[in-house]
Amino acid sequence: MSFITLQNIQKSFGATQVVRDFSLGIEKGEFISLLGPSGCGKTTVLRMLAGFEGPTSGQISIDGQDMTGLPANRRRIGMVFQSYALFPNLTVAENVAFGLKVTGTPRSEAAKRVEEMLGMVGLGGFGARYPFQLSGGQQQRVALARAIAPRPRVLLLDEPLSALDAKIRISLRSEIRAIQRELGITTLFVTHDQEEAMSMSDRVVVMYGGRAEQVGAPSEIYNRPASRFVAEFIGSLNLLPGTITDAAAGLVETPAGAIALGRTLDQPTGTPVSLAIRPEGLHMGYEGNVVLNTRVADSEFLGSIIRLRVMTGGNMPLIIARFNREGQMVPQPGQDLTVSVNASDIIVLDGRAA
Amino acid sequence: MKSGRLVSGLFFGLACLYFLLPLVGTLEFSLRARRGEYSLDAYRNVLGDPQFHQTIGYSFILSMATIVLGVLIIAPTAFWVRLKLPRLRPVVEFLTLMPLVIPPIVIVFGYIRLYNTSSWLPLLGSSAGSDFLLVCGYATLSLPYMYRAIDTGLRAIDVSTLTEAAQSLGAGWVTIMAKVILPNILVAILSGAFLTFAIVIGEYVLAALLNRPAFGPYMVWMGGNKAYEPAALAVVAFAITWASMGLIQLFSRFSKHTQARR
Repeated sequence: MSFITLQNIQKSFGATQVVRDFSLGIEKGEFISLLGPSGCGKTTVLRMLAGFEGPTSGQISIDGQDMTGLPANRRRIGMVFQSYALFPNLTVAENVAFGLKVTGTPRSEAAKRVEEMLGMVGLGGFGARYPFQLSGGQQQRVALARAIAPRPRVLLLDEPLSALDAKIRISLRSEIRAIQRELGITTLFVTHDQEEAMSMSDRVVVMYGGRAEQVGAPSEIYNRPASRFVAEFIGSLNLLPGTITDAAAGLVETPAGAIALGRTLDQPTGTPVSLAIRPEGLHMGYEGNVVLNTRVADSEFLGSIIRLRVMTGGNMPLIIARFNREGQMVPQPGQDLTVSVNASDIIVLDGRAA
Repeated sequence: MKSGRLVSGLFFGLACLYFLLPLVGTLEFSLRARRGEYSLDAYRNVLGDPQFHQTIGYSFILSMATIVLGVLIIAPTAFWVRLKLPRLRPVVEFLTLMPLVIPPIVIVFGYIRLYNTSSWLPLLGSSAGSDFLLVCGYATLSLPYMYRAIDTGLRAIDVSTLTEAAQSLGAGWVTIMAKVILPNILVAILSGAFLTFAIVIGEYVLAALLNRPAFGPYMVWMGGNKAYEPAALAVVAFAITWASMGLIQLFSRFSKHTQARR
């Protein structure tokens, strides 16, 4: 059995259902991200685990212990908030010591732990300051130190980086991950930023409309999206509308021509589908086994990457992203260009693109 | 631009005259106890009167009790309404305004009917019981001010997130209230406390009808029986009120962690 189990969780606020039949098992020491657009229910799931909300139905257990009815202050779960939520009347050291004091840790031991925690988040020597004397990034470090000081069983991070500017966001996310690895603490991270989720997590839960659309390793989610929503939400995609003409042989008719996928399709012949291709899955030239004749509409030279917009037959736009290699010509608008893609890199999604 | 400044200066001057002239008049009058020259005789009489000491001491102690009672009732209520029952806020706000609408005489007659010596709870039969009722009455009268002061203080902090942060660190409600909420609204509580103090010191109806030796009835008695002393007393009362206002300013300046919000 998993360390944390969420089973068939439903949550409604009045008539609106925010979480529907959500189940998830989390192993000890795992770093899991809940990723989704705002209103998808990810924060509600986190708050139910923290004990700030109760599920309408379903069960949550941690380490075999049923959490139903257990108040938030007795769950031994650390939490970091988007707005830092430091106690403004306490110094940095007193903030970090708060949880230790509440649990009755002896003073000398608490002081040692506070120092250790502040050192870990790189704020040794800041103990006597007040929160208002710190920058946003520093405040969030203190909040992290405060959350992990009482050695919680689980660490919950509710969009902890959203309020920070880009540079600090990136440095802090690798720091959070490093600290999490060092302590081996089971962590649940809520974010709407796919880059954060992808770069930090062992597994990502993509949520939409209160449901878990897909649970998997970042690479799995990116390369093999389980639903149309996941495919469109994660990264950017080229979508070609088409109709299956032979499901067994994997033939799809598109405005850009017939495409042979070389694998048996799940959907029956005649189903309208969309073929999804990542911009980096498209090659210039004949590298892939599916070849398309296009005309360059636009080209952007971005240093390490060249981005092209090309039009296929039937006037379907495709975005291509390739690494820049020395000596490689940057195709110019108006030029004919043969592009190709490996059939295995083409994702078949139900329904036509809008 | 220049004429605008002139006009606003003129209005400022008029307002100053409007507020200050009566004060100056009272002050001037209070100094004329001795015929033909200014003296502090009236002040000497007032401050030397043992009844002055006794009544103001009594009212001071009762005001402290009122403040404690008020904070104990209102701080948790306002906190809970903000945290869990935000929809009830208009209702609670309306309720806290009732003491401004219903005259204190109604409260005190209610007390006398409910708690007289032949009632089921004869609180008015002892002076301790009467003092307790008086404190309850004062707390009711100060409700609109105390509630607003505390509610404003709560608005300045992120009550729900701070509460959740404390909960996730293992704190129960009492710890949250004592260690997180109250310290962060201390300045607001103090301003509510000083307003309460000012109300209690000047209150007449409740104390007079419950027959307690408070400062309000003493002032009224003095006004009916002496000439210059009431003016001196008024000046003293003003000085106390202004000192309270000054203290509010001082306290809010001294609280370290609020500096950033200023």
